[in-house]
Formats: sequence, C-alpha cells, structure tokens
Amino acid sequence: MLSHGLRRSLTAVTAVVLVIVYIPLALVLLNSFNTDNTFGWPPPGLTLHWWHVAWESQGARDALWTSVRVALAATALALVLGTLAAMGLRRTRFFGRNVVSLLIILPIALPGVVTGLAFQNGFRTILGIDLSLWTIVIAHATFCIVTVFNNVQARFQRLGGNFEQASMDLGAGRWTTFRLVTFPMLRSALLAGALLSFGLSFDEIVVTTFTASPQDQTLPIWIFQNLFRPNQAPIVNVVAAVLVIFSAIPIYLAQRLSGASTEGLTGAR
Amino acid sequence: MLWLGVAYLGALAALLITSLWMQNDFTGNIERVWTTENFQTLFTVDVYRTITLRTIGIAALVTLIDAVIAFPIALYMAKVASPRAQRLLVIAVLMPLWASYLVKAYAWRGMFSSNGPIAWVVEPFGLHSPGYGLFATTVTLAYLWLPYMILPVFAGLERVPDSLFEASADLGAGSWMTLRRVVLPMAFPAFVAGSIFTFSLTMGDYIAVKIVGGTTQMLGNVVYDNQGAANNLPFAAAVATIPIVVMLGYLAAARRTGALEQL
Repeated sequence: MLSHGLRRSLTAVTAVVLVIVYIPLALVLLNSFNTDNTFGWPPPGLTLHWWHVAWESQGARDALWTSVRVALAATALALVLGTLAAMGLRRTRFFGRNVVSLLIILPIALPGVVTGLAFQNGFRTILGIDLSLWTIVIAHATFCIVTVFNNVQARFQRLGGNFEQASMDLGAGRWTTFRLVTFPMLRSALLAGALLSFGLSFDEIVVTTFTASPQDQTLPIWIFQNLFRPNQAPIVNVVAAVLVIFSAIPIYLAQRLSGASTEGLTGAR
Repeated sequence: MLWLGVAYLGALAALLITSLWMQNDFTGNIERVWTTENFQTLFTVDVYRTITLRTIGIAALVTLIDAVIAFPIALYMAKVASPRAQRLLVIAVLMPLWASYLVKAYAWRGMFSSNGPIAWVVEPFGLHSPGYGLFATTVTLAYLWLPYMILPVFAGLERVPDSLFEASADLGAGSWMTLRRVVLPMAFPAFVAGSIFTFSLTMGDYIAVKIVGGTTQMLGNVVYDNQGAANNLPFAAAVATIPIVVMLGYLAAARRTGALEQL
C-alpha cells in the first residue's frame, strides 16, 4: 500500500531517531564509569570508584527513601479517589459530566508551575498550613488521580455494566458485587494505573519544588540541588545511571500485564 | 468524592485572587488589598513581554519539531512494522518516558558540555559545541516530550484503515499524495492531542532551562524566582495566569478538532 521507497525511508528515519533517543541515556551510563570527573569525551579511563562512593552517600539514600514514601502514599490516595471518581461518573448522568471529565484532565493539561504555585499558595497563604511531606503527597495525588481515572474509565467503557446487574439480580449486595465482580474486572487496570502513578510521582520535580519544605528532599530535588556542584557531579551521574536502569522495570511489569499495557501506558502523561 | 477536583479548582481560583493582592516591600508580607499593579508591571515591563513571547515561541517550535519527527516513526510503527516489531518499538519509545525527566535533561547537559560528545564530533570541522542556551533548551525539550507526541499519533494512525490506502492508490494517488490528502487529515486530531502535552509541558518548564539553558529565562523561571528568592507570591501568581490563559485558549481550540477524545 505504501511504495517501496517510502517504506525504506520510513525505516531509516525510525532507526536514526531511535539511535539519537538512546545516545544521551547511554552517555549517562558510560559516564558513571568515567575516571575524569568533568566527564571529558572520550573517557580517559573507566572505574567503579564513583559507584562505590554513591552507594555510601547518605544524602542520596535519604532522598530515595523519601521519594519512595511519597510515591506510595500518593499512589494509594490516587487509586482510591480515581476509582471512586470513575465509578461515580459512570453511574450518574448528571448535566456536568463532561465538565467533570475536563476538570480531571486539567491538572495534566496545565503546566506544572501553575499547579505547583496554586498548591503552594493554597496551602500557605490561604489555609496557613506549613509545607511538609503531606503537602507533596496531596499535590502529587492530584495528577496521579488522572492516570487511575483514565485507566478505570476505559475499562468500564469496554466492559459495560451487565455483569454487575447480573450479580445484583442474583441477590448480591452492592459491597459484595464490588468485591467479587467489579474489583476483579478492574484489577489489571488498577495495577497499570498504580504503576503509572508511582512512576509519575517518583519522577516529578516541578510541582514538588513548590510544595516541599526545605527539609524534605525527594530524589529528583536531591539530584537537582547537587547537579551544579562539581565535586558531587560523579555521584549524581551514578544515581542517574541507576534510574535509567530502573526505568526498565515498570516496562517489564507492564508487558507482563500485557492487556493493560497498551490501553494503560499510552493514555496519560 | 470529587473533593480533590474541588480542591484543585479552589487552589486555582485562590491563585487568581492572590494575583490581585499586593506585596509590602518592607515587610515582605502579603497585604490583602485589591490592586491590578501586578498585571500592570507584567504588561508594561519589556522583559516580561520578551520572556512570554520567547516561551510561547519555544513551545511552538518544540511542538513542531516533535510533530515532524513523530510522524514518520508513528507511520512506520502503525503501517509498516510487523506486529512483533511494533510491540518492540512501542517499548523502545516508552522506555525513555520512564527514565527520569531530570536524568534526561542531565544527559543533554553532558552532550552539550564544552568537552562532551557533541564538541568532540564537530571539532574536526572547526566548530564548537553550541553550548548552553536557547538551542540546547529547544533540543532538550523536544527530546523530552517526543514520546508524548509519538504515542497519540501512533494510536491515531493505527485507526486509519488499510483499505483507505488501497482505495487511494486505486484512484491513482501516489504514496505521497495518499499521505498528504488522506492520512494527514485523518491523523490531525491525534497531532493536536499530542501537541497539548508538548505545548503545555514546554510552557511550564523551568528545570530543563536551568540545566541546559545557560542564562536563558522562560516564564517558569520568573514564576519560580518570584515565589522563592524574591518572595513575591502575588506577582508570581500574576505571571502564572499567562500559561493558564494560553492553555485554556489552546484547549478550547483543540476541542473543536475533536482531539480531547483522543487523550
């Protein structure tokens, strides 16, 4: 259907772009072994020294632990609220349905600085709450809800409501129906949503810088603050290399969930 | 149940209100007095106009670059690759998406550094690395948001049935003609859907600019610096209304093409 020449040039362009996409990531991996701590190219020699130093770095460890806790809390909150929102929108057909759908997309459609500033202003100026880990969690949960909501809603649209009606007809109450019918149907969609939420929250820096107190350092903030310090640069590079390797894990998990992967991982940012 | 949605809208509304308050220069406290002073500063001081135009310009350029690069790849993935290759390609495109945003920006800092690989490649030709600045910022941002464009366009192209290609060829159109007259118009909403991400993400970025932009400033930097170092939250709020207005306009325009259903 497409001419031979066109197919061939498409293949070539794809190959070139993919190579360009992976070169910077490969550079990070390679530089983590670079003996030169200003990352001269080509590397004068290779060493494992920086990996050892980074492993010992207390700051990086603390920041990693903070990030994991924030991401877990934000994901849990987003799973509950995102699922409830999707279920609510599905049952009722009130007039503002489209408005609410748009509203839920808004946190990802508006730039991060706006979301971040809005939350900081809301917490500090309006409500008078001091920034803490919890303010980060609430801000993260807001855009994580979108991913959960999208996944769950897509699943609902595909499955329809017949199974639940059948379950109720057979005498199951609402809660029993949710536990035995709805939840199992949603399980893989929820997993994909949770995976995405965790990744988003773990990685997020823009909103975080606005909602974190100076004591709370998530891993991205730690990287960002140490990025410009010459003697910390090799350690930052090792942490970056570890994150590149880690990014393969969610992809692997998503492939295991395979059905969920195509619908779940493309939907949202 | 929708309390977070309400909380978010509430926070946005509060932000708009704050932008109309003023700041006491001596105490640094926010005084709840109504004033349009912040907006007057914003519109009359040249620097802010320049930065606004620059930000919108970079956002448009990044979106354009991503669209141009994404189209052939998405087309290859959707219509040329075998199912197995297609799966692998989706993974290959998704994988950088999961690699940390910061790590990718950082990687480009390494690429553009004065003794980095780009300098090494162009040096034999008597050139230097372009260094940190507008160019590096645009490249890095285009790199960062590329997957957000590829994935919706791929999904959009996949929905174009094969039979249309054949019909177009039967009616005498060459491959190029088919692409231009049949495929592109059908995939247009998908491009718009992708551009919402590339445009919005660029509008709000200040981290990548700080890492590879040298002294270049974008709107995000102004917002961040005013809430942090200068501690002038009302003015930061006023600046933040610019991306809100631009994005709302963009979303309204995108709605008309039916792109929002493709998100």
